[in-house]
Amino acid sequence: MRLILALALTHIRGRGRQTLVAIIGVALGVGFSIAMASLMQGGEDDFVARLVDTMPHVDITDEYRSARRQPAQDAFAAVQIAGLRPKDDRRGILNPTEAVAMLRAWVPGRLALSLKTQGVVRYSGRDVGIAIIGIEPQAEMQVSSLAKDFRQGSFTSLIAGGNNIVVGDKLAQRLGADLGTTVTVVSSTGQSCAFKIVGLFHTGTTARDEGEGYVLLKNAQILSERPNAINEIRLKLDDPNAAPQVARRAEAQLGYKAMAWQEANESLLEALVIRNVIMYTVVGAILLVAGFGIFNIISTITHEKARDIAILKSLGFTQTDMRRLFLLEGLALGAAGSLLGWAFGFLLCFMLSLVRFELSGANVAQEITRLPLAWSIWHYLIAAGFALVSAGVAGYLPARQAARLNPVDIIRGAT
Amino acid sequence: MSALIETKALTRVLPAAVPVTLVQDVSLAIGAGEFVAITGPSGSGKSSLLYLLGLLDAPSGGSLMIEGRDTAGFSDRERASIRLATLGFVFQFHFLLPEFTVRENVEIPMRRLGRLSAAAMRERSTELLSALGLADHLDKRPDQLSGGQRQRVAVARSLANDPPLILADEPTGSLDSRNSEQVFAILDALVRERGKTVIAVTHDTGMAAKASRRIHLVDGRLAES
Repeated sequence: MRLILALALTHIRGRGRQTLVAIIGVALGVGFSIAMASLMQGGEDDFVARLVDTMPHVDITDEYRSARRQPAQDAFAAVQIAGLRPKDDRRGILNPTEAVAMLRAWVPGRLALSLKTQGVVRYSGRDVGIAIIGIEPQAEMQVSSLAKDFRQGSFTSLIAGGNNIVVGDKLAQRLGADLGTTVTVVSSTGQSCAFKIVGLFHTGTTARDEGEGYVLLKNAQILSERPNAINEIRLKLDDPNAAPQVARRAEAQLGYKAMAWQEANESLLEALVIRNVIMYTVVGAILLVAGFGIFNIISTITHEKARDIAILKSLGFTQTDMRRLFLLEGLALGAAGSLLGWAFGFLLCFMLSLVRFELSGANVAQEITRLPLAWSIWHYLIAAGFALVSAGVAGYLPARQAARLNPVDIIRGAT
Repeated sequence: MSALIETKALTRVLPAAVPVTLVQDVSLAIGAGEFVAITGPSGSGKSSLLYLLGLLDAPSGGSLMIEGRDTAGFSDRERASIRLATLGFVFQFHFLLPEFTVRENVEIPMRRLGRLSAAAMRERSTELLSALGLADHLDKRPDQLSGGQRQRVAVARSLANDPPLILADEPTGSLDSRNSEQVFAILDALVRERGKTVIAVTHDTGMAAKASRRIHLVDGRLAES
């Protein structure tokens, strides 16, 4: 209906300054929403990326989802068996070669085996309990983010063979050891062996920097007296989002507990959902306020244009026409505000992307970080959509009033 | 022939704590080609009757037939479409849309009806305005015109969709005598030359005297006819 549109635009144009204020109101709302959504989304993406980066995407351990049934439970059809002495299971992932071969056949990504055992590092009279992790250096480098966190040496230093160990820098500090120092590692089974420190890493997570030591898989197997055993298979997938499916399939295939990173961090991810809800609430509130600006101007226009409404009705315009007219005015303001808001939001994001933080903490090399910003067309569409809806509502209420206006009242009032 | 507009016991009561009767039991029939003047003292319900006839207001009782169709129970859309194509209004004040040019004001009803092409609308608005001596003012805004000129634009607008019936509410009420005569002459010419029907509410006794028929209202009732 081009005539109605022409009328609507004329009304809006007739109120230059107020129109501008309403449009700027919407534009600010849309712009800030976009910038905020971009920041929040960027923060979330960044957080998840770090999470995904540092963790294996799927972690298969030598555990089961539910306790194993004891042979007695299968042998007797009893309701309850008391005083059962459980059968000792052989720990670790049985037949690792076959398990790995099976996984390799279909898993879209890389995998690494390891044997994790507890032990004590002893040096110059100091004992520190650590987790001793036996790895295959080449595979580990493809799966673990640790490879990037080395201060001195690297996983490759382990490849050469021999009794070498890589530890966190905090651990070395506590022991008073340094690169090249030979420390004694005592395992929980009582095996004791001398290892030379060939690498120091710093992840920033104290628990790891202080409590982990990496040795060759074979050395770990010797220390824990479990030849050929492994108790963990970690997968790094090409697509982290496929982790739950891969975990399900791996678990069904191997019988061991396979945990996707999403499952391992369920509470964190839930917190992100709540954060998103909060964000959209705030964004919605901003746009609602902008909507009031539109409501205000359309309301004013309908009051001022009461005479025009009467004239148009006497000329043969219907109530529907009048409703459409003012609804259209609201939507036009919303649309103009959205367009301006897109530009403003884009500019705001661009400026935010220039902000740099220089973080420096103890023991941390100076890091330069930019604000994490996510660019998504959806932010723009959602903000504009919401602005249009609130503009529509803001225009509709006065529009309904205008449509109901009795022309006779106005004409009488004027004469 | 059947009347163009016909009422039977048309009544309009304003609902209030003490109901106000504006128009009571008005029955009349007006045929094509008549120039009817509705006269009466202030508050006698002249304008109210005109608004009822023009479907701007809904009667509380009685019936109203326009071109043989009973308007009772018409939807807003049907009433609007009659106002658009069958009726033309001229009010005491010109009631032009101030943001639009003279030509645009005249074209608005045509555009709403949508029967003519843009070029045909342009031609028709030029023709109508020129016939009323406004050929030089087509692209001016209403506030650049004199009172008499504006009222002539309003007449041109009422003729936009070539309706058979023109309803005028004190069309000369806000004009000086020279302009009044001019507007009256235009309305009179519409009846004589183009066979339109004009129903005009007026205070102007001179104008009423020249009408082909007078309806006198007192307290909302027909006094003589």
